[in-house]
Amino acid sequence: MTENPDSSQKRWGHLRKVLERPGPFSHPDFEPSSEILDFVMTTCKVLVIGAGGLGCELLKDLALMGFKQLHVIDMDTIELSNLNRQFLFRHKDIGSSKAEVAAAFINKRVKGCQVVPHFCKIQDYDETFYRQFHIIVCGLDSIVARRWINGMLISMLNYEDGTLDQTSIIPMIDGGTEGFKGHARVIVPGISACIDCTLDLYPPQVTYPLCTIANTPRLPEHCIEYVKIIQWPKENPWGTVIDGDDSQHISWIYEKSMERALQFNITGVTYRLVQGVVKNIIPAVASTNATIAAICATEVFKLATSCCVSLNNYLVFNDVDGIYSYTFEYEKKDDCLACSQIPQTLPIKDPNKMKLKNLIELFCESTTYQMKNPGLTTNIDGKNKTLYISTIKSIEERTRENLNKTLVELGLKDGSEIMVVDLTSPNTLIVKLKFLNEDVEMSS
Amino acid sequence: MIKLFSLKQQKKDGEASPKANNQKKASAAQLRITKDINELNLPKTCNTEFPDPDDLLSFKLIICPDEGFYRTGRFVFSFKVGPNYPHEPPKVKCETQVYHPNIDQQGNVCLNILREDWKPVLTINSIVYGLQYLFLEPNPEDPLNKEAAEVLTTNRRLFEQNVQKAMRGGYVGGTYFDRCLK
Repeated sequence: MTENPDSSQKRWGHLRKVLERPGPFSHPDFEPSSEILDFVMTTCKVLVIGAGGLGCELLKDLALMGFKQLHVIDMDTIELSNLNRQFLFRHKDIGSSKAEVAAAFINKRVKGCQVVPHFCKIQDYDETFYRQFHIIVCGLDSIVARRWINGMLISMLNYEDGTLDQTSIIPMIDGGTEGFKGHARVIVPGISACIDCTLDLYPPQVTYPLCTIANTPRLPEHCIEYVKIIQWPKENPWGTVIDGDDSQHISWIYEKSMERALQFNITGVTYRLVQGVVKNIIPAVASTNATIAAICATEVFKLATSCCVSLNNYLVFNDVDGIYSYTFEYEKKDDCLACSQIPQTLPIKDPNKMKLKNLIELFCESTTYQMKNPGLTTNIDGKNKTLYISTIKSIEERTRENLNKTLVELGLKDGSEIMVVDLTSPNTLIVKLKFLNEDVEMSS
Repeated sequence: MIKLFSLKQQKKDGEASPKANNQKKASAAQLRITKDINELNLPKTCNTEFPDPDDLLSFKLIICPDEGFYRTGRFVFSFKVGPNYPHEPPKVKCETQVYHPNIDQQGNVCLNILREDWKPVLTINSIVYGLQYLFLEPNPEDPLNKEAAEVLTTNRRLFEQNVQKAMRGGYVGGTYFDRCLK
């Protein structure tokens, strides 16, 4: 590795103390060296997901810690109400992309740092984008987004005959806050508990019985939900879905909710509450964000350098009343829909001859599977494809012709994965086809 | 505990993984719904229709009750399963106009497990049975269509007549209903 004059600067002295000599809390395999800091500063590529309350803190923390290859992704634009805590943004930035403004601010403020912004949804990128990173750290406010990135990282794992190839792992650090409460967790996909393993942790979104909303509203929220769920689709004033960031939309909902509240003698409908209910706003506290982000950034540093054992693996933080924090190990769920699905390799002798019905017979007759009525789906070129499901008449009729097609004719390739569901197993089984006939690629 | 530094040191800019596995894997929602669909155990009064057999996330359920107020009717429900399934319930709408205390003119259905009482352990099958039950035992206690509920509690005969009228196609009160007999 070339000598990097940057890392020898005095400002990194504190990092060098940690990285260039062992300590009582070092990771057992830690080998102190001056190259580690070079790795952090020149090579280690970190993706920050979200440039909001946590994201701003994370970018600042990581940049000041020496990380230079940072990327940030966020689909949102800056709003006035962000400015009290999202300190990389100024009044003039309202309406601009959070990712772009945050990146520009950090790059200007922290010398040598190269933050690359991505003003889009995480779903806009595929595996090739995410694969370039060493570590991913999330400051997200939605479960859907967490599950998506979690699923992406799990799908990138490579299994060789059931054994995880460790170079395919990209660890993810997830931070989250809600008012005075927060959490930080380290997820090593395929090894430790993932987002889906712990899905029960997240309380379901507050929903009210539809009949209450329609007929016996008691709370101001009921009135707002009524307008949102029943009145908007009926009257559809702008011919679109509700945009919680459109003040016209919010005003309309506010007005109608007031009318309804008046009708039922309910008080407490305010513009802010309407915004809160429609956008599902959760109050944010700057100090909680700062604390959680600092913990997450420390974990990024520990993973990147191995200088210290990582958080194992879930930390809760609460400063509603004094300060409370607790760390525990969340266990991987054996039947987790996302991460327990280790593909089983199935050797196929002659994919040009083997028909789908032969494959189904194999699942029913082989002693390892012994299935009764398997349903088979797959994914070809990013599109789901139902190969055969016998239990649903309308699907059976339209997939029956697949039975007599060979695997190659169906578009399956060496390495293709088939999802197999059957009564005999509580989970969907993933079977990875391994074509033994090496000429297939050429002959097909 | 894995040690990343040594593993990852080789991975530098632009150096994509040697064997990028291009196959996109199925989402958790996809895996779960496939399981649900394969194990659908429909009562003989119910049927499903998949407009696109490759898309298991959107389909229709047709209920033709064989007893109760709504026998001889045919009611279509649309199911949309989102990416957060089974953490969130599927979105279910009634596409047939129906004179029913728990279904409104926009097709909203008041069934507890579709909203406040949904749990990830429930399946598509649970919803099918829930919907079927609504036709056997319309519930006037928690109405979406208040007029229908009132008629049901005060005059069952009239309610039955109204249901028949609506299913044959015609006006009940000020509302027009399309014919939906089997």
